Amino acid sequence: TLAERANLAGVRHILLVLSGKGGVGKSTLSTELALALRNAGKRVGILDVDLCGPSIPRMLRVRDSAVHQCDSGWVPVFVGQDKAIALMSIGFLLERPDDAVVWRGPKKNALIKQFVTDVAWGDLDFLIVDTPPGTSDEHISTVEALRPYQLLGAILVTTPQ
Amino acid sequence: SSSRDEALRDKRSRIMSRGLPKQKPIEGVKQVVVVASGKGGVGKSTTAVNIALALAANDSTKEVGLLDADIYGPSIPKMMNLKGNPELTPKNLMRPLKNYGIACMSMGFLIEETSPVVWRGLMVMSAVEKLLRQVDWGQLDYLVIDMPPGTGDVQLSVSQNIPIAGAVIVSTPQDVALLDVHKGAEMFRKVHVPVLGLVQNMSVFQCPKCKHETHIFGADGVRDLAKTLGLDILGDVPLHINIRETCDSGQPVVISQPQSDAAKAYLKIAMEILRRLPVPPA
Repeated sequence: TLAERANLAGVRHILLVLSGKGGVGKSTLSTELALALRNAGKRVGILDVDLCGPSIPRMLRVRDSAVHQCDSGWVPVFVGQDKAIALMSIGFLLERPDDAVVWRGPKKNALIKQFVTDVAWGDLDFLIVDTPPGTSDEHISTVEALRPYQLLGAILVTTPQ
Repeated sequence: SSSRDEALRDKRSRIMSRGLPKQKPIEGVKQVVVVASGKGGVGKSTTAVNIALALAANDSTKEVGLLDADIYGPSIPKMMNLKGNPELTPKNLMRPLKNYGIACMSMGFLIEETSPVVWRGLMVMSAVEKLLRQVDWGQLDYLVIDMPPGTGDVQLSVSQNIPIAGAVIVSTPQDVALLDVHKGAEMFRKVHVPVLGLVQNMSVFQCPKCKHETHIFGADGVRDLAKTLGLDILGDVPLHINIRETCDSGQPVVISQPQSDAAKAYLKIAMEILRRLPVPPA
C-alpha cells in the first residue's frame, strides 16, 4: 500500500548484519558501524530485529525509553551524542526491559513486518538491520518485508573459531 | 467451598490446556537435562558436550546421550568428531551416532555441513519432534540437550513435548549476555522447567606467557545475576585456549586432557548437576 511504502521511501540504503553463529558481535558491530557512519556525516537508523535478545538499547543507553505514535506510525527513539540516530527495537515495547519474549514464529513475523512498514524512519542514508543468530523466522520475514526497498546487501560477522 | 474452588480451578486449567502438546517422556530415557542460554556464543555446545562426557566419566555404569537441538547451527558433530547419516533401525528409527561412549543425534547428521537451514518455526517444530522421538536412544540414564540461542520455537517445543528434569543456563559475565540470560531463566519459569543453576563461562583469561589474569567479559556478572534470580552457580569455566582448540578438533577437553583444570571444572559442574537432579524414576 502507498502508506506502507512511504515509511521506508526516504531510506537510501538498507544494510543487513548477519552471522549464523551467535555471540560473534553482530549487535556490537551494528552499533559501532551506525556511530561511525554518523561521524562521517550520514543520516543513520538502526532496526533491531533480535526479538528474543535485543541488545542495542542497552549498548546505546536507552533501555528505559518508550516509543510514541505519530500519523505515519511509530516514532523511533533517537540516540547517539547528537540524538540523530533513529533506533527501533522490541526492547522499547516491553513493559520491563528484562521481560522475556517467548514467541513462536508467526507472532515474530507479524511484529517484524510492522517494524519494517510502520516506523516513521524519515530520510536516512543508511538503515542498519541487526539480526539474531540463526537463519530463521526473523531473517526470512525481514528479507521478505524489505524486498520492495533498496536493500544494499548484507555484512557477515564471524570470529575465527 | 475451598475444595469446590480447587475443583473449578482444575477444570479450568484442563480446558485451557486442551490443544497444547501433551508432555510425554522419551522411551528409554530416564532424565533429560537441557543446556541453554538465551544469548548466543556463550559456550552452550562446548558446555553440553563436556557435561555429557563428564557425567559418563563420573560413573561408567551410566548411559549418556547428547541431542543437538540447534537446528540452525549444529555444533555437536564437529565437537564430537562424528560425521555421516544415521542408519535406520527395522522400526524406522534413526540410530544415534556414538563416540567416546556417548550416543549423539544432531541436525548436522542430516544435512551437508555447509547447507543452511532456512526454515520457519513450524518446520523447525517438526524437525525437533523427529530428533526427540524418532531416534533409537536405547536405555539412557541422562539425555543432555544442547539448545540453540534465543527463547523461541525450539525451546518451547522441547519444553512442551517432554518432561525435563532440569535446565543448566550458561552465560559469560558480560552485561549484554546477562540480559539475555535473565530472559532465558524467565522463559524456563514460564514453561515450568526447574533451573538447576548457572554456569559462568569464559570467566577469566590467563596469559599463557606472563600468567596475568584478565576478566575479558567482566568479573562476577553471573554471580550477581544468580543472586538476583535466586539461582545457584554450578561452576566457573575460564577462557582457555585448549577448551576451544579441543572442541574444534573433535576431542573435548574432558576426554583429551582429563587432568587439566578445564576438565576438572566440567567434572565439578557435572557433580553439581547430579546433586540437584531429582531421584530418577526406577
